[in-house]
Amino acid sequence: MIWLTWRQFRGAALMTSALLVALAAVLAPTGSRLAADYAAGLAACAPGAECLHFYDRFFDAYRMPFLAGTLVVLILPALVGLFWGAPLITRELEAGTHLLVWNQGITRRRWLAVKLALTGLVAAAAAGVSGLAVTWWSGPLDQSAPEGFALMDPLVFSARGILPLGFAAFAFVLGVSIGMLVKRTLPAMALTLLVFTAVQVAMPLLVRPHLMPPVTSTFDLAQENVDMFGVRRDGLTTVTLTQAIPGHTGAWVLSSELIDGSGRTLAASGDEAVVHGVSVTSGPCGTQQARQGPGACLAELSRLGYRQRAAYQPLDRFWALQWMETGIYALLTAALTGLSFRWVRRRLS
Amino acid sequence: MSSVLEARGLGKRYGRRWALRECTIDIPDGHVVGLVGPNGAGKTTLLKLAGGQLQPTTGGLSVLGGRPAAGPAQLAKVGFVAQDTPVYAGLSVAEHLRLGARLNTGWDAAMARERIARLGLDPAQRAGRLSGGQRAQLALTLGLAKRPELLILDEPVASLDPLARREFLQGLMEATVEHELSVVLSSHLVSDLERTCDYLIVLVDSRVRIAGEAERLLATHHRLTGPRRDPGTLPADQHVVSARHTDRQSTYVVRTGRPILDPAWTVSRLTLEDLVLAYMDDSTAAGPRPALEVRR
Repeated sequence: MIWLTWRQFRGAALMTSALLVALAAVLAPTGSRLAADYAAGLAACAPGAECLHFYDRFFDAYRMPFLAGTLVVLILPALVGLFWGAPLITRELEAGTHLLVWNQGITRRRWLAVKLALTGLVAAAAAGVSGLAVTWWSGPLDQSAPEGFALMDPLVFSARGILPLGFAAFAFVLGVSIGMLVKRTLPAMALTLLVFTAVQVAMPLLVRPHLMPPVTSTFDLAQENVDMFGVRRDGLTTVTLTQAIPGHTGAWVLSSELIDGSGRTLAASGDEAVVHGVSVTSGPCGTQQARQGPGACLAELSRLGYRQRAAYQPLDRFWALQWMETGIYALLTAALTGLSFRWVRRRLS
Repeated sequence: MSSVLEARGLGKRYGRRWALRECTIDIPDGHVVGLVGPNGAGKTTLLKLAGGQLQPTTGGLSVLGGRPAAGPAQLAKVGFVAQDTPVYAGLSVAEHLRLGARLNTGWDAAMARERIARLGLDPAQRAGRLSGGQRAQLALTLGLAKRPELLILDEPVASLDPLARREFLQGLMEATVEHELSVVLSSHLVSDLERTCDYLIVLVDSRVRIAGEAERLLATHHRLTGPRRDPGTLPADQHVVSARHTDRQSTYVVRTGRPILDPAWTVSRLTLEDLVLAYMDDSTAAGPRPALEVRR
């Protein structure tokens, strides 16, 4: 049975290993250069604002390959489900060869077990290797990424660490079980893509934030978390916050809002909040001060009691969350595998 | 004598349609069984149930004393050549033999190789490029080389030309004699089965109409021709299978274990084909059949 599985699967397996080799050929040399550039740049900049500028420049320079790498890792599991999972059964049903192979001297369950184990292992391994390779490659970028691309942000998080492995195993078994339900290749592929995408969107939105209770904390206003300080046409001064929090690069910020001295919420990040008691004609926020940078003005705002309150998943929870979510996918995979073994006997007869 | 296939009240329903119902048969072993009936009569369903490809909706059946496809031991005892003789288009002939060797414990590699050589098949050829007849022969070889006690073939010759048809059936007969196996073979053409089968099951409209040894069937069925008569006037032991009437004359096909004594009848023997057609012809039961239309 192992021989037959390999014989039917070897084309796909060889193509995948060729792709992985190509990926490695691109990542290995560029990855080491990237790491060297990062180390050199970091050594040259003074900690603080200068290094923030370096981060921005550095990330901008590698934005395209960064996105491409992330995308490859995100898409690979879906392809596995589509092209390995869904046709596993339907191809046999459409050609009628299930009648040939299921009448040899081995039971259907044995047939399915070998098929699932061998193909599933290769799928998970391919996705796992590509995930870890891209994680290594983009290590420096993940440390300098701007908000929205931080390591803990949903899309990037899904394409790092061991999670791609979980995705691939799940997508594969999902494709197989949908194939058993639908029994035709194209509809099964379409449905697999639909369900897998839905799960991949629902997971970060609905499940991941609650895997561990987020940390809620208040922060002084600083350059990292203030997007804009300005004066409106009606003379009122306003502050707009960003999603970032100072001192926690790479954290996944779930909410960020401006509060005043009494703890009242003024506005969420991205929205303008009116702040009172700040003079823009003189003092730290005056126009003369503007040339010396915004530091003194932000300190003045903090003195008046304005703070950022944020709920976030800090970066040091990265591996804990990775394991938890991969565990969830492993459970889903196990459940679908169980159903497949039931269905191969019941539904297909 | 033990039975090769025993079914009690066997039925299979797809949605609301019964593909097979109330099927009760007991086929003794050592026969070449012909399963005959029009298209859609339920032949494939019965064979798939016997091969364990389908689960019955009602009733039960045992094949060679076991539940179909219950485990590797049962699978090893039953060979199955499916309709249209499916093979893996991407695998070569030799790889199919390797498949058989890997998946069957009792694989007869020498026999398989010898058969392929005798048929003149190129082992390196991809199965997808074989002709219909060659593909059927490859599928038959796979079915035979696992050395089953029972070989089930579903319409194996349906898509073959007359010559390939004869070669296939001949090969099957030789193997049957050589390896002493029981065979169940379905077809919608009686002529395919006439030369090969010694046991017959007629399946019409998802029901078994008659089953029995071909010789016995021929001995107990008669065609009666004579002056027009109402079926009610026939002796009680003569079961009417089909009836046709003209203004003056009646033709009956009857089943009876006793000799026909009425001198008014001209009694003639039936061929197997006549017999099967009599059972397929539902005109006695369901009234006149619709006239055939000719369309331009």
